[in-house]
Amino acid sequence: MLAKRIIPCLDIKNGRTVKGVNFVGLRDAGDPVSLAKKYAALGADELVLLDISATLEGRKTMLDMVLKVAEQVNIPFTVGGGISSIEDVDALLKSGADKVSINSSAIKRPELINELANKFGNQCITVAIDAKQIDGSWIVHVAGGSIPTTLDLFSWAKEAEERGAGEILFTSMNNDGTKNGFANEALSKLSTTLNIPIIASGGAGNMAHFVDAFHVGKADAALAASVFHFGEIEIKDLKQELKDNNIEVRL
Amino acid sequence: MKIVIIDYGAGNIKSIQFAFKRLGFEAVLSNDPDEIKAADKIIFPGVGEASSAMKMLRKSKLDVLIPTLTQPVLGICLGMQLLCKTTAEGNAEGLGVFDVHVKRFNTRVKVPQMGWNTISDLKSDLFKNINNKSYMYLVHSYYAEHCNEAIATTDYDVVYASALQKNNFYGVQFHPEKSSDAGEQLLKNFTEL
Repeated sequence: MLAKRIIPCLDIKNGRTVKGVNFVGLRDAGDPVSLAKKYAALGADELVLLDISATLEGRKTMLDMVLKVAEQVNIPFTVGGGISSIEDVDALLKSGADKVSINSSAIKRPELINELANKFGNQCITVAIDAKQIDGSWIVHVAGGSIPTTLDLFSWAKEAEERGAGEILFTSMNNDGTKNGFANEALSKLSTTLNIPIIASGGAGNMAHFVDAFHVGKADAALAASVFHFGEIEIKDLKQELKDNNIEVRL
Repeated sequence: MKIVIIDYGAGNIKSIQFAFKRLGFEAVLSNDPDEIKAADKIIFPGVGEASSAMKMLRKSKLDVLIPTLTQPVLGICLGMQLLCKTTAEGNAEGLGVFDVHVKRFNTRVKVPQMGWNTISDLKSDLFKNINNKSYMYLVHSYYAEHCNEAIATTDYDVVYASALQKNNFYGVQFHPEKSSDAGEQLLKNFTEL
């Protein structure tokens, strides 16, 4: 049976993992390459490397880093952040990335999804969607969640699928950072109305939240950052817990 | 040992090179028929769409060369599918090494199949020291039907052939270069065939 995936996410700025820098008092979350290697050895099923560098130089550093991760890590990884053209994707895949994740650029120009899927195959195009529930509707946001659009989560996700997305990475802004669990109701609706895999993101605080994301949210994969970076949840323990709850995992 | 990865412009081969490098082998990219013929081991990779990949193979005449190779050849993912008779993807003719058709998954299941699934019914030295029901990483929308040439099967909607063998030709639907320790063991086994 196809296993449910556990995906640690590394936010990377100018070549360093930065998520939660303040949380541990200026000690950053580490060198992305060694962190990626560590997670692969601990049983992560996949990794997401999110480039949050704002400068061109930071982006170049990212390409070098992708190459190093590909060289040392024997599980698949997705690279996201600032990708807006065929050339961007080509460079990342040639450096060894398995998939890319696009977000704002796809909303700005939805045809980008078709172009990338046609050129590289839909299996390597993940469309990331940040959405916030406002008065009962899930509104898609761009620019790291700072700007609301007029798009509805479910119709945009469906459009992305029809245009050739191979997977949807859905982050609930209501849940992100709360550690109160994933947005299971919205996840479940996405997972049952779309026919491509859905990655749950935003809200992981304990192992039961992951169980719920799979049982209630019907997610195909679950992504988290800080709970893994700061050792609050060990991937091996998490997978055992999932298995004990009759969820298929690779142990 | 000389390992050549057939270069016909299809997809990401860096990961395969790196996987061999971790095992201590250099795998070189080539589309030169003489260099390919002189290799000890050949990898036939592939990511992307079948009919356009076949076009690229025909353009470089590799479609004629590949079925005549006599050393161990390992098709990976689309590479394996292109070694089959036909594929439903773009209604393409394959290279016909394996006597099997490639079909699309039914939409009762999510397509593509993406992630880790188990391999069973292992029947080849390619799987030496790899346990039955080991997990391998797969990303695909099309599959080879279960057949006599199957040396591993996987269950997703149907039980299908996740690895094939005929004489010196091997094919795996999963990505050994991305399948952690089990995948590395498979690549190591391939170098020892």
